[in-house]
Amino acid sequence: MEFLRPASWDEALAAMAEHPGALPVSGGTDVMVELNFDLRRPPAVLDLNRVAELAEWSSDGASVRLGAAVPYARIIDELAGPLPGLATAARTVGSPQIRNRGSVGGNLGAASPAGDAHPPLLAAGRGVRVEAHSVRGVRLIPIDEFYLGVKRNCLAPDELIRAVRIPVADGPQQFSKVGTRNAMVIAVCAFALALHPADGTVGTGIGSAAPTPRRAPEAEEYLRESLDWTSGGPLDPQVPLRFGELVAAAADPIDDVRGTAAYRRHALAVLARRTLAWCWDDYREQLGRTA
Amino acid sequence: MRVVFTANGRRVEADDVWEGESLLYVLRERVGLPGSKNACEQGECGSCTVYLDGVPVCACLVAAGQVQGREVRTVEGLTGPDGALGPVQQAFLEAGAVQCGFCTPGLLVQTDALLARDPRPSDGDIREALSGNLCRCTGYEKIMDAVRLASARISGISGEGGGA
Repeated sequence: MEFLRPASWDEALAAMAEHPGALPVSGGTDVMVELNFDLRRPPAVLDLNRVAELAEWSSDGASVRLGAAVPYARIIDELAGPLPGLATAARTVGSPQIRNRGSVGGNLGAASPAGDAHPPLLAAGRGVRVEAHSVRGVRLIPIDEFYLGVKRNCLAPDELIRAVRIPVADGPQQFSKVGTRNAMVIAVCAFALALHPADGTVGTGIGSAAPTPRRAPEAEEYLRESLDWTSGGPLDPQVPLRFGELVAAAADPIDDVRGTAAYRRHALAVLARRTLAWCWDDYREQLGRTA
Repeated sequence: MRVVFTANGRRVEADDVWEGESLLYVLRERVGLPGSKNACEQGECGSCTVYLDGVPVCACLVAAGQVQGREVRTVEGLTGPDGALGPVQQAFLEAGAVQCGFCTPGLLVQTDALLARDPRPSDGDIREALSGNLCRCTGYEKIMDAVRLASARISGISGEGGGA
Protein backbone atom coordinates (compact mmCIF):
# COMPACT_ATOMS: atom_id res chain seq x y z
CA MET A 1 0.00 0.00 0.00
CA GLU A 2 1.25 3.47 -0.83
CA PHE A 3 0.62 6.64 1.14
CA LEU A 4 0.28 9.60 -1.21
CA ARG A 5 0.63 13.09 0.22
CA PRO A 6 -0.10 15.71 -2.44
CA ALA A 7 0.71 19.27 -1.35
CA SER A 8 -1.77 20.90 -3.72
CA TRP A 9 -5.04 20.21 -5.55
CA ASP A 10 -3.26 19.79 -8.89
CA GLU A 11 -0.89 17.28 -7.34
CA ALA A 12 -3.86 15.42 -5.88
CA LEU A 13 -5.55 15.15 -9.28
CA ALA A 14 -2.32 14.00 -10.89
CA ALA A 15 -1.88 11.37 -8.19
CA MET A 16 -5.44 10.10 -8.76
CA ALA A 17 -4.75 9.84 -12.51
CA GLU A 18 -1.63 7.85 -11.79
CA HIS A 19 -3.22 5.66 -9.06
CA PRO A 20 -6.88 5.27 -10.11
CA GLY A 21 -7.67 2.85 -7.27
CA ALA A 22 -6.35 5.16 -4.58
CA LEU A 23 -8.65 5.76 -1.63
CA PRO A 24 -8.88 9.46 -0.69
CA VAL A 25 -8.78 10.17 3.05
CA SER A 26 -9.45 13.47 4.75
CA GLY A 27 -11.06 13.31 8.21
CA GLY A 28 -10.63 9.53 8.27
CA THR A 29 -13.83 8.94 10.21
CA ASP A 30 -15.00 6.36 7.64
CA VAL A 31 -11.81 5.35 5.85
CA MET A 32 -9.74 4.67 8.97
CA VAL A 33 -12.45 2.43 10.41
CA GLU A 34 -12.25 0.32 7.25
CA LEU A 35 -8.45 0.17 7.47
CA ASN A 36 -8.41 -0.56 11.21
CA PHE A 37 -10.82 -3.46 10.79
CA ASP A 38 -9.16 -4.88 7.69
CA LEU A 39 -12.31 -4.29 5.67
CA ARG A 40 -10.45 -2.61 2.86
CA ARG A 41 -6.90 -2.74 1.49
CA PRO A 42 -6.67 -0.18 -1.30
CA PRO A 43 -3.45 -0.11 -3.35
CA ALA A 44 -2.90 3.47 -2.18
CA VAL A 45 -4.29 6.00 0.28
CA LEU A 46 -4.38 9.64 -0.81
CA ASP A 47 -4.17 12.12 2.07
CA LEU A 48 -6.04 15.36 1.37
CA ASN A 49 -5.20 17.17 4.63
CA ARG A 50 -2.50 19.28 3.00
CA VAL A 51 -4.83 20.67 0.33
CA ALA A 52 -5.89 23.73 2.30
CA GLU A 53 -8.59 25.01 -0.07
CA LEU A 54 -10.68 21.87 0.52
CA ALA A 55 -11.38 23.18 4.02
CA GLU A 56 -12.66 26.55 2.78
CA TRP A 57 -16.12 27.72 1.77
CA SER A 58 -17.34 30.77 -0.09
CA SER A 59 -20.67 32.29 -1.01
CA ASP A 60 -21.94 34.71 -3.63
CA GLY A 61 -25.17 35.19 -1.69
CA ALA A 62 -27.19 32.87 -3.94
CA SER A 63 -25.31 29.67 -3.21
CA VAL A 64 -22.56 28.32 -1.00
CA ARG A 65 -19.55 26.53 -2.44
CA LEU A 66 -18.68 24.22 0.41
CA GLY A 67 -15.17 22.75 0.24
CA ALA A 68 -15.26 18.96 0.47
CA ALA A 69 -13.24 18.85 3.70
CA VAL A 70 -14.90 21.64 5.72
CA PRO A 71 -15.52 19.79 9.00
CA TYR A 72 -19.05 19.50 10.40
CA ALA A 73 -18.01 21.56 13.44
CA ARG A 74 -17.37 24.54 11.18
CA ILE A 75 -20.59 24.03 9.20
CA ILE A 76 -22.43 24.31 12.54
CA ASP A 77 -20.50 27.43 13.61
CA GLU A 78 -20.29 29.26 10.30
CA LEU A 79 -23.09 28.12 7.98
CA ALA A 80 -26.24 27.73 10.09
CA GLY A 81 -27.60 30.90 8.46
CA PRO A 82 -27.31 30.07 4.73
CA LEU A 83 -27.54 26.27 5.13
CA PRO A 84 -29.81 25.64 8.14
CA GLY A 85 -30.84 22.11 7.12
CA LEU A 86 -27.28 20.93 6.64
CA ALA A 87 -26.15 22.64 9.86
CA THR A 88 -28.94 20.94 11.81
CA ALA A 89 -27.94 17.56 10.39
CA ALA A 90 -24.27 18.33 11.15
CA ARG A 91 -25.13 18.75 14.84
CA THR A 92 -26.28 15.11 14.92
CA VAL A 93 -23.14 13.65 13.33
CA GLY A 94 -21.14 11.36 15.63
CA SER A 95 -19.53 13.22 18.53
CA PRO A 96 -17.56 16.46 18.91
CA GLN A 97 -14.35 14.65 17.99
CA ILE A 98 -15.97 13.19 14.86
CA ARG A 99 -17.46 16.56 13.89
CA ASN A 100 -13.97 18.10 14.15
CA ARG A 101 -12.76 15.79 11.36
CA GLY A 102 -15.70 14.49 9.33
CA SER A 103 -16.94 16.41 6.29
CA VAL A 104 -19.63 16.46 3.62
CA GLY A 105 -17.08 15.41 1.01
CA GLY A 106 -16.46 12.28 3.05
CA ASN A 107 -20.18 11.55 3.34
CA LEU A 108 -20.52 11.90 -0.44
CA GLY A 109 -17.44 9.81 -1.15
CA ALA A 110 -18.62 7.00 1.13
CA ALA A 111 -22.21 7.31 -0.20
CA SER A 112 -23.66 5.36 2.70
CA PRO A 113 -27.47 5.59 2.70
CA ALA A 114 -27.14 6.47 6.40
CA GLY A 115 -24.90 9.53 5.87
CA ASP A 116 -26.44 12.48 7.72
CA ALA A 117 -25.50 15.08 5.10
CA HIS A 118 -27.44 13.47 2.26
CA PRO A 119 -31.07 14.26 3.22
CA PRO A 120 -30.49 18.01 3.68
CA LEU A 121 -28.52 18.16 0.41
CA LEU A 122 -31.45 16.58 -1.44
CA ALA A 123 -33.97 18.83 0.31
CA ALA A 124 -31.95 21.97 -0.48
CA GLY A 125 -33.09 21.63 -4.07
CA ARG A 126 -32.44 20.06 -7.43
CA GLY A 127 -29.87 22.78 -8.03
CA VAL A 128 -27.37 21.19 -5.61
CA ARG A 129 -24.23 20.14 -7.50
CA VAL A 130 -21.30 17.95 -6.57
CA GLU A 131 -18.15 19.40 -8.08
CA ALA A 132 -16.02 16.46 -9.26
CA HIS A 133 -12.56 17.15 -10.64
CA SER A 134 -10.01 15.05 -12.48
CA VAL A 135 -7.09 15.80 -14.77
CA ARG A 136 -9.69 15.37 -17.56
CA GLY A 137 -11.79 18.29 -16.35
CA VAL A 138 -14.61 19.30 -14.03
CA ARG A 139 -18.09 17.80 -13.77
CA LEU A 140 -20.98 19.46 -11.94
CA ILE A 141 -23.09 16.47 -10.95
CA PRO A 142 -26.73 17.11 -9.97
CA ILE A 143 -27.32 15.68 -6.50
CA ASP A 144 -30.23 13.60 -7.83
CA GLU A 145 -27.83 11.76 -10.14
CA PHE A 146 -25.00 11.32 -7.66
CA TYR A 147 -26.08 8.28 -5.64
CA LEU A 148 -26.14 4.96 -7.51
CA GLY A 149 -26.53 2.27 -4.86
CA VAL A 150 -25.52 1.19 -1.37
CA LYS A 151 -22.15 2.91 -0.83
CA ARG A 152 -21.88 3.60 -4.55
CA ASN A 153 -21.73 6.99 -6.23
CA CYS A 154 -21.16 8.09 -9.81
CA LEU A 155 -17.56 9.27 -9.38
CA ALA A 156 -15.04 7.92 -11.88
CA PRO A 157 -11.97 6.18 -10.38
CA ASP A 158 -9.76 9.19 -11.04
CA GLU A 159 -12.19 11.85 -9.79
CA LEU A 160 -12.06 13.73 -6.51
CA ILE A 161 -14.80 15.80 -4.89
CA ARG A 162 -13.64 19.41 -4.74
CA ALA A 163 -16.77 21.03 -3.32
CA VAL A 164 -20.55 20.96 -3.13
CA ARG A 165 -22.60 23.86 -4.43
CA ILE A 166 -25.73 24.39 -2.37
CA PRO A 167 -28.36 27.09 -2.89
CA VAL A 168 -28.68 29.45 0.08
CA ALA A 169 -31.90 28.71 1.99
CA ASP A 170 -34.85 30.87 0.96
CA GLY A 171 -37.12 29.44 3.67
CA PRO A 172 -37.20 27.23 6.76
CA GLN A 173 -35.32 23.92 6.69
CA GLN A 174 -35.39 21.05 9.16
CA PHE A 175 -33.70 17.73 9.76
CA SER A 176 -34.65 14.95 12.13
CA LYS A 177 -33.31 11.49 12.72
CA VAL A 178 -34.10 8.45 14.81
CA GLY A 179 -31.43 6.66 16.84
CA THR A 180 -30.85 4.92 20.13
CA ARG A 181 -29.13 7.84 21.84
CA ASN A 182 -28.34 11.47 21.25
CA ALA A 183 -24.74 11.01 20.10
CA MET A 184 -22.70 8.51 18.09
CA VAL A 185 -25.79 7.35 16.27
CA ILE A 186 -25.98 5.84 12.81
CA ALA A 187 -29.48 6.86 11.79
CA VAL A 188 -32.22 4.23 11.93
CA CYS A 189 -33.90 6.62 9.54
CA ALA A 190 -33.65 10.33 8.87
CA PHE A 191 -35.65 13.00 7.10
CA ALA A 192 -34.94 16.51 5.86
CA LEU A 193 -37.44 19.10 4.70
CA ALA A 194 -36.87 22.47 3.05
CA LEU A 195 -39.54 24.99 2.16
CA HIS A 196 -38.74 27.12 -0.88
CA PRO A 197 -41.21 30.04 -0.74
CA ALA A 198 -39.33 31.81 -3.56
CA ASP A 199 -40.81 29.44 -6.14
CA GLY A 200 -43.45 27.75 -3.99
CA THR A 201 -41.74 24.35 -4.00
CA VAL A 202 -40.69 21.92 -1.30
CA GLY A 203 -37.61 19.71 -1.00
CA THR A 204 -37.35 16.42 0.87
CA GLY A 205 -34.60 13.94 1.65
CA ILE A 206 -34.91 10.46 3.13
CA GLY A 207 -31.92 8.79 4.81
CA SER A 208 -31.26 5.22 5.93
CA ALA A 209 -34.48 3.89 4.43
CA ALA A 210 -33.54 2.86 0.87
CA PRO A 211 -30.42 1.66 -0.97
CA THR A 212 -29.51 5.31 -1.55
CA PRO A 213 -30.54 8.60 -0.02
CA ARG A 214 -33.61 9.68 -1.97
CA ARG A 215 -36.29 12.32 -2.15
CA ALA A 216 -40.05 11.77 -1.90
CA PRO A 217 -41.26 13.37 -5.18
CA GLU A 218 -44.99 12.76 -4.67
CA ALA A 219 -44.82 14.17 -1.16
CA GLU A 220 -43.03 17.26 -2.48
CA GLU A 221 -45.67 17.72 -5.20
CA TYR A 222 -48.49 17.24 -2.70
CA LEU A 223 -47.13 19.94 -0.38
CA ARG A 224 -46.48 22.31 -3.26
CA GLU A 225 -50.17 22.11 -4.13
CA SER A 226 -51.48 22.09 -0.55
CA LEU A 227 -49.54 24.85 1.19
CA ASP A 228 -51.07 28.30 1.21
CA TRP A 229 -47.88 30.29 0.75
CA THR A 230 -49.47 33.74 0.47
CA SER A 231 -51.81 33.71 3.45
CA GLY A 232 -49.59 31.48 5.62
CA GLY A 233 -52.68 30.18 7.39
CA PRO A 234 -52.55 27.30 9.87
CA LEU A 235 -52.07 23.84 8.37
CA ASP A 236 -55.17 21.78 7.65
CA PRO A 237 -54.64 18.78 9.99
CA GLN A 238 -55.08 16.45 7.03
CA VAL A 239 -52.01 17.88 5.26
CA PRO A 240 -49.28 16.63 7.62
CA LEU A 241 -50.97 13.22 7.80
CA ARG A 242 -51.10 12.81 4.04
CA PHE A 243 -47.57 14.22 3.69
CA GLY A 244 -46.31 11.63 6.20
CA GLU A 245 -47.99 8.81 4.30
CA LEU A 246 -46.45 9.90 1.02
CA VAL A 247 -42.96 10.19 2.56
CA ALA A 248 -43.27 6.73 4.10
CA ALA A 249 -44.46 5.34 0.75
CA ALA A 250 -41.42 6.82 -1.02
CA ALA A 251 -39.02 4.89 1.20
CA ASP A 252 -37.80 1.39 0.43
CA PRO A 253 -36.39 0.24 3.77
CA ILE A 254 -35.08 -3.14 4.88
CA ASP A 255 -35.03 -5.02 8.19
CA ASP A 256 -31.56 -4.84 9.74
CA VAL A 257 -29.81 -4.65 13.12
CA ARG A 258 -30.85 -1.04 13.61
CA GLY A 259 -34.56 -1.46 12.93
CA THR A 260 -37.27 -3.11 10.88
CA ALA A 261 -38.61 -1.87 7.59
CA ALA A 262 -42.05 -1.39 9.14
CA TYR A 263 -40.63 0.69 11.98
CA ARG A 264 -38.64 2.83 9.57
CA ARG A 265 -41.74 3.58 7.48
CA HIS A 266 -43.71 4.44 10.59
CA ALA A 267 -40.95 6.65 11.96
CA LEU A 268 -40.48 8.45 8.64
CA ALA A 269 -44.15 9.42 8.61
CA VAL A 270 -43.73 10.84 12.12
CA LEU A 271 -40.54 12.73 11.20
CA ALA A 272 -42.22 14.10 8.09
CA ARG A 273 -45.21 15.42 10.07
CA ARG A 274 -42.99 16.96 12.75
CA THR A 275 -40.55 18.64 10.38
CA LEU A 276 -43.48 20.04 8.39
CA ALA A 277 -45.04 21.49 11.53
CA TRP A 278 -41.72 23.05 12.60
CA CYS A 279 -41.02 24.48 9.14
CA TRP A 280 -44.54 25.83 8.65
CA ASP A 281 -44.50 27.48 12.08
CA ASP A 282 -41.20 29.14 11.17
CA TYR A 283 -42.59 30.24 7.83
CA ARG A 284 -45.68 31.75 9.43
CA GLU A 285 -43.48 33.56 11.93
CA GLN A 286 -41.44 34.99 9.06
CA LEU A 287 -44.66 36.20 7.47
CA GLY A 288 -45.68 37.75 10.76
CA ARG A 289 -48.75 35.53 11.05
CA THR A 290 -48.07 34.53 14.65
CA ALA A 291 -47.20 36.54 17.70
CA MET B 1 7.49 5.01 5.79
CA ARG B 2 8.98 7.49 8.23
CA VAL B 3 6.74 9.95 10.07
CA VAL B 4 8.14 12.97 11.92
CA PHE B 5 5.92 15.16 14.08
CA THR B 6 5.78 17.04 17.37
CA ALA B 7 4.32 15.23 20.37
CA ASN B 8 3.84 17.25 23.56
CA GLY B 9 6.35 19.82 22.37
CA ARG B 10 9.01 17.24 21.54
CA ARG B 11 10.06 16.24 18.02
CA VAL B 12 9.46 12.52 17.50
CA GLU B 13 10.31 10.19 14.64
CA ALA B 14 8.71 6.88 13.83
CA ASP B 15 10.23 4.50 11.30
CA ASP B 16 8.77 1.57 9.38
CA VAL B 17 5.27 2.94 9.83
CA TRP B 18 2.73 0.94 7.80
CA GLU B 19 0.84 3.15 5.34
CA GLY B 20 -2.56 2.26 6.82
CA GLU B 21 -1.46 2.70 10.43
CA SER B 22 -3.28 5.04 12.80
CA LEU B 23 -1.80 7.87 14.84
CA LEU B 24 -2.95 5.97 17.93
CA TYR B 25 -0.76 2.98 17.07
CA VAL B 26 2.24 5.22 16.42
CA LEU B 27 1.76 7.00 19.77
CA ARG B 28 1.38 3.82 21.80
CA GLU B 29 3.69 1.41 20.05
CA ARG B 30 6.36 3.52 18.38
CA VAL B 31 7.01 6.74 20.33
CA GLY B 32 6.40 5.63 23.92
CA LEU B 33 3.18 7.52 24.66
CA PRO B 34 0.72 4.83 25.83
CA GLY B 35 -1.56 7.26 27.70
CA SER B 36 -4.09 7.37 24.86
CA LYS B 37 -6.05 4.15 25.07
CA ASN B 38 -6.96 1.74 22.28
CA ALA B 39 -10.52 0.50 22.77
CA CYS B 40 -12.88 0.62 19.80
CA GLU B 41 -10.71 1.68 16.85
CA GLN B 42 -13.76 3.23 15.21
CA GLY B 43 -14.21 6.60 16.90
CA GLU B 44 -17.08 5.38 19.09
CA CYS B 45 -15.51 5.60 22.53
CA GLY B 46 -13.20 8.64 22.64
CA SER B 47 -10.56 6.84 24.77
CA CYS B 48 -7.85 7.87 22.29
CA THR B 49 -8.77 11.57 22.13
CA VAL B 50 -5.72 13.79 21.48
CA TYR B 51 -5.18 17.30 20.20
CA LEU B 52 -4.11 17.50 16.55
CA ASP B 53 -2.96 21.05 15.82
CA GLY B 54 -5.05 22.14 18.83
CA VAL B 55 -8.26 20.33 17.81
CA PRO B 56 -9.47 17.29 19.78
CA VAL B 57 -9.77 14.22 17.55
CA CYS B 58 -9.84 10.44 17.85
CA ALA B 59 -6.25 9.31 17.27
CA CYS B 60 -7.52 5.96 15.97
CA LEU B 61 -9.12 7.74 13.00
CA VAL B 62 -6.10 9.79 11.98
CA ALA B 63 -3.75 8.10 9.52
CA ALA B 64 -0.17 8.22 10.78
CA GLY B 65 0.99 9.80 7.53
CA GLN B 66 -1.43 12.65 8.05
CA VAL B 67 0.46 13.96 11.10
CA GLN B 68 3.75 14.49 9.26
CA GLY B 69 5.08 17.87 10.40
CA ARG B 70 2.08 18.52 12.65
CA GLU B 71 1.58 19.01 16.36
CA VAL B 72 0.02 16.39 18.63
CA ARG B 73 -0.74 16.82 22.31
CA THR B 74 -1.72 13.76 24.31
CA VAL B 75 -2.91 13.23 27.88
CA GLU B 76 0.77 13.04 28.88
CA GLY B 77 1.05 16.64 27.70
CA LEU B 78 -1.62 17.94 30.09
CA THR B 79 0.83 17.98 33.00
CA GLY B 80 2.81 21.06 33.89
CA PRO B 81 6.49 21.42 32.92
CA ASP B 82 7.54 20.04 36.31
CA GLY B 83 5.38 16.95 35.83
CA ALA B 84 2.69 18.21 38.20
CA LEU B 85 -0.87 17.27 37.31
CA GLY B 86 -2.85 19.82 35.33
CA PRO B 87 -6.05 21.28 36.84
CA VAL B 88 -8.32 18.88 34.95
CA GLN B 89 -6.25 15.86 35.97
CA GLN B 90 -6.20 17.01 39.60
CA ALA B 91 -9.97 17.50 39.61
CA PHE B 92 -10.63 14.00 38.22
CA LEU B 93 -8.39 12.56 40.93
CA GLU B 94 -10.06 14.47 43.75
CA ALA B 95 -13.62 13.88 42.55
CA GLY B 96 -13.05 10.13 42.23
CA ALA B 97 -13.89 10.30 38.55
CA VAL B 98 -11.60 7.39 37.76
CA GLN B 99 -12.80 3.81 38.12
CA CYS B 100 -11.05 1.36 35.79
CA GLY B 101 -9.34 4.35 34.23
CA PHE B 102 -9.52 3.24 30.63
CA CYS B 103 -11.70 6.09 29.40
CA THR B 104 -9.95 8.68 31.60
CA PRO B 105 -7.21 9.87 29.21
CA GLY B 106 -9.76 10.70 26.52
CA LEU B 107 -12.07 12.41 28.99
CA LEU B 108 -9.19 14.50 30.33
CA VAL B 109 -8.23 15.78 26.87
CA GLN B 110 -11.84 16.43 25.86
CA THR B 111 -12.54 18.23 29.16
CA ASP B 112 -9.38 20.28 28.77
CA ALA B 113 -10.60 21.37 25.33
CA LEU B 114 -14.07 22.18 26.65
CA LEU B 115 -12.81 24.35 29.50
CA ALA B 116 -10.29 26.11 27.25
CA ARG B 117 -13.20 27.14 25.04
CA ASP B 118 -15.77 27.71 27.78
CA PRO B 119 -14.45 27.88 31.36
CA ARG B 120 -17.99 27.87 32.81
CA PRO B 121 -20.01 25.32 30.84
CA SER B 122 -23.55 24.37 31.86
CA ASP B 123 -24.28 20.73 32.70
CA GLY B 124 -25.87 20.41 29.28
CA ASP B 125 -22.73 21.77 27.63
CA ILE B 126 -20.58 19.30 29.58
CA ARG B 127 -22.75 16.35 28.56
CA GLU B 128 -22.68 17.46 24.94
CA ALA B 129 -18.92 17.99 24.96
CA LEU B 130 -18.31 14.55 26.49
CA SER B 131 -20.94 12.71 24.43
CA GLY B 132 -18.25 11.00 22.37
CA ASN B 133 -16.42 9.62 25.42
CA LEU B 134 -17.81 6.38 26.79
CA CYS B 135 -17.16 5.18 30.36
CA ARG B 136 -17.81 1.45 30.53
CA CYS B 137 -17.92 1.63 34.32
CA THR B 138 -20.75 4.15 33.82
CA GLY B 139 -19.16 6.48 36.35
CA TYR B 140 -20.58 9.56 34.71
CA GLU B 141 -21.81 11.39 37.81
CA LYS B 142 -18.30 11.59 39.29
CA ILE B 143 -17.01 12.68 35.91
CA MET B 144 -19.59 15.49 35.89
CA ASP B 145 -18.43 16.44 39.41
CA ALA B 146 -14.81 16.51 38.23
CA VAL B 147 -15.56 18.76 35.28
CA ARG B 148 -17.55 21.15 37.49
CA LEU B 149 -14.67 21.19 40.01
CA ALA B 150 -12.08 21.89 37.32
CA SER B 151 -14.33 24.55 35.87
CA ALA B 152 -14.73 26.28 39.23
CA ARG B 153 -10.97 26.32 39.79
CA ILE B 154 -10.03 27.40 36.28
CA SER B 155 -12.57 30.20 36.23
CA GLY B 156 -11.54 31.22 39.76
CA ILE B 157 -15.01 30.93 41.24
CA SER B 158 -15.32 29.86 44.86
CA GLY B 159 -17.58 27.10 46.17
CA GLU B 160 -15.53 24.29 44.70
CA GLY B 161 -17.65 21.50 46.01
CA GLY B 162 -19.02 20.72 42.59
CA GLY B 163 -22.62 20.96 41.56
CA ALA B 164 -22.15 24.64 40.72
